[in-house]
Amino acid sequence: MNNSKIIIENLNLYYGDNHALKDVSMDIPEKHITAFIGPSGCGKSTFLKTLNRMNDLIDSVRIEGKVMLDRENIYAPGVDTTLLRKKIGMVFQQPNPFPMSIYDNVAYGPRIHGIKSKARLDEIVEKSLRGAAIFEETKDRMKKSALGLSGGQQQRLCIARALAVEPDVLLMDEPTSALDPISTLKIEELMTELKSNYTVAVVTHNMQQAARVSDFTAFFLVGEVVEFNSTDNVFSRPADKRTEDYITGRFG
Amino acid sequence: MTKAANNMTANNMTANNMTASIMNKKSRISDILLKIVIYFSASVSVLLLAGIIFYVFAKGISSVTWSFLTTETSTLKGTAGILGNILNTVYIIIITLVIVTPVGVGTAIYLNEYAKPGRLVRVIEFTTETLAGIPSILYGLFGMIFFGTVCGLSFSILTGALTLTIMVLPLITRNTQEALKTVPDSYRSGALGIGATKWYMIRTILLPSAMPGIITGIILAIGRIVGESAALLFTAGSGYYLPKSALGYLTKILDSGGTLTIQLYLSMSKADYEVAFGIAVVLLAIVLFINFITKCLVRQFDVSRI
Amino acid sequence: MSPRTIFIKEMKELSKNLKEMAGSVEETYERLFASLTDKNEEEVNEIAASEKMFGDMQRAIESQCLFLITKQQPIASDLRVVTATLKVVTDIERIGDHVVDMAELVLRLNMADLASYSGHLPTMIDAAKSMLHDAVEAFFGRDIKAAAIVVAADDVVDELFNKVKQDLLTFLKNEGKDEDECIDILMLAKYLEKIGDHAENIGHWEIFQETGNMKDARLL
Repeated sequence: MNNSKIIIENLNLYYGDNHALKDVSMDIPEKHITAFIGPSGCGKSTFLKTLNRMNDLIDSVRIEGKVMLDRENIYAPGVDTTLLRKKIGMVFQQPNPFPMSIYDNVAYGPRIHGIKSKARLDEIVEKSLRGAAIFEETKDRMKKSALGLSGGQQQRLCIARALAVEPDVLLMDEPTSALDPISTLKIEELMTELKSNYTVAVVTHNMQQAARVSDFTAFFLVGEVVEFNSTDNVFSRPADKRTEDYITGRFG
Repeated sequence: MTKAANNMTANNMTANNMTASIMNKKSRISDILLKIVIYFSASVSVLLLAGIIFYVFAKGISSVTWSFLTTETSTLKGTAGILGNILNTVYIIIITLVIVTPVGVGTAIYLNEYAKPGRLVRVIEFTTETLAGIPSILYGLFGMIFFGTVCGLSFSILTGALTLTIMVLPLITRNTQEALKTVPDSYRSGALGIGATKWYMIRTILLPSAMPGIITGIILAIGRIVGESAALLFTAGSGYYLPKSALGYLTKILDSGGTLTIQLYLSMSKADYEVAFGIAVVLLAIVLFINFITKCLVRQFDVSRI
Repeated sequence: MSPRTIFIKEMKELSKNLKEMAGSVEETYERLFASLTDKNEEEVNEIAASEKMFGDMQRAIESQCLFLITKQQPIASDLRVVTATLKVVTDIERIGDHVVDMAELVLRLNMADLASYSGHLPTMIDAAKSMLHDAVEAFFGRDIKAAAIVVAADDVVDELFNKVKQDLLTFLKNEGKDEDECIDILMLAKYLEKIGDHAENIGHWEIFQETGNMKDARLL
C-alpha cells in the first residue's frame, strides 16, 4: 500500500561497549510523516542520526546492519556522505542558522553542491523559503543576519535551508522543543504540508505532537522498537502494554 | 544561661524580620568596604597607565620632530633619526605574521577539529603553553644559534622574524583555539547535515566565526613583536641604515636590522635619554594605533552583526 | 511508579462518583417497588419528588470529564474510560428519570397491586432490576464477558414487555374496566423496557471501554 522510502534491517549500534540500538528493523513509508517517540535515552535520536550517517562523526560508534535508501545501502563502502546528506536533510533541536545573512543561509547548501549562478540561487532561495512558509516574513530582509529572526522563524529558516538542496527525506530531531506553542503549531502545520513532497521522520518528546502530525509512530525503549504502527493505532489502542503505559504517562 | 537567652533573642529577631515589612533598606558595612576597595584598585590602575603615558609624552615629545621620524641616524651629520628602525619594525612584523598566521591557525584547526582528544593533543597543548612561558632571551639564544649559525642566516631581519615566529606561535594558536571552541557545535552539525565536507564547513562557517579571536591573537602578536628586545638583539641585530637602492628593499631581509625597541635599548645604554624617550613616544603611539585598529577590525568581522 | 499521580487520583474520583450515582439509582429503583409492596405511599411520594437529584449528579460528572479532557488530555485506554463515562452517565441519568416517572405512575395508580393486572409484571420488574445491576457491576468490574451477557439479556426484557402487553389486553377483554389503570401500567412497563435498553447501552460501553469497539465497529 505504501512505498517504503527507507528500509532498515537489523540495525545494531554500539557506543563503545554500550549497545544503544538493538536489532532495529523498520520500513519508513514514502511521503508520510513517521514519528519516533520514547523516554530520554531510548535511542530514538541516535536512530534518526543513523539515517543520514551523522553518527559517523562520533569515533566510538560501531554500526551493523543495513539502512536502505531507495534500495541502496547507505552504509555500503563507496557511499559519498555529501551526496547522501543532499538526499536526506536534517533539522536540529536547537534552531541553528549560520551567522550570515538569511539569503546566504539558504544558499549555503546549493553552493556546496556547486550552484554558482546568481539567478539560479535566487530562484532556489525563494522557492525554499516559500516551501518553509517563511518567505513573506523574510523577503524584505534577505541580506540581514539570520540571527535577528525569532526562534520559530529561525527554525523555519533551517527547514528552508534543508529544503534548498532538494532532499527526498527530511529528518527532524525534536524540531520544536525549543519553541513557544504558536511557533510549534506553525512548524507542525508546515510538516503536514511538507509530506506531500517529502518523506519526513521526526523525533519528538511531545506525544501530542506525534499524535497530531504523524502517520506512523515507532515507540522506542532502551534501544529497541517496542511497537511500530499507524499513529491512529498507537495512540488509541497500542498493542504492547509498555507502549500503553508510556503514552498514558504511567511511566517515563 | 545568658547564651541561651541570647539565642532566644536572636531567634525572636529572625522571626520578627521574617514578618517585617520590606520597606527597611539598610546598607551593609561589608558591601561598602568592598566597594571602596574595588574603586580604589580601579583608580590606581587607570592613574598608573595615564601617568606613564603622560610622563613619556612629556619627556619625549620634544624629540619627535619631522626629521627624527623621516631620516636615519647619521654619525657623520651628527643627527638622530629612526626611519630605519621603523622600517625594520614593519619588516619584522610583516614577515613574522606571514609565517606565523597560517601555521598557528592551522595548528589550532588541527587540534580543535581533526585531532582525536587524547594524549597527542594534550602533549601539543602542553608544549604550546610551555613555549608561551619561556623567557624571550632563550628564544634569542636558540634563534642566534639555529637560524643564525646553523642555517647560516647570521644577523638578519629574517633570523629575527623566524625567531619571533616561534615565540608568538602559541599566542596565535591559543587564541584561535579559544575562538573555535566558542563556535557552537550546532553550526558544525548544521553544515555537515546538509552535505558540507569538513573542510568546506571549516572554511565557510568556523573560520569566519572565529575571525575576531584570530585577529585578537594577531594583534597581541604584533604587540609582542613591537615590544620585544631580548629575542631580537642577537638575531636581527641592531642595523639602522635605510636601503640604498630599490633592490636593497628586497635584500634588506638578509641584513641586520634593529627594531624601535632595540634602538630604544641601545639609546638607553648610551644614556641618550632624549632619543630614548622620543622612541618611547613613537612606540606608545604605535601601540595605541594598533589597539584602535583591532577594535575596528574585530567589529568588522563580528559575524552576528551583518 | 506512575508520574501522573494527580491524573490517576482524578480518574479514580471520577469512577467513584459515577459508581455512587449508579448505586443511588439502583437503590431508588429497589426502594420504589419495596414501598409499593409495603404500601408505603409516603416513601413513593419522596421518590417522585427526587427528580432533580440525578440531573445534578450527571452535570457534576460531565463537568469532571470535560475538565479531565481539557487539562490532562487522556489518551488510549484513559480516553476510552473518560468517553465511556461521559456516555454511561447519560444512560444512568435516564434510568433514574424513568424510576421517578414510574413513582408518579404508581401514585396515580393509588398504590394498586400490579400483579393483579399482569402476572408477568413482577418478573419484568426483577428482570430489569437485575439487568441494571449486572450492567453496573460489569462496567465497574471491567468485566467484558459479564457485559456481553447483559447485552444479550435485553431480549428477555423486551419479550417480557410483549407478554405484559398481552396480559393487559386479556385483562381489558375479560374485565372490561380499569382502562386508565391499564394504560398507566403499560407505560410503566414501557419504562422498564427502556431501563433494559439503557442497561444494554451500559454493557456496550463497557465493551468499548476495553476494546474501543462499539457493536463490533471500531470507534477508537
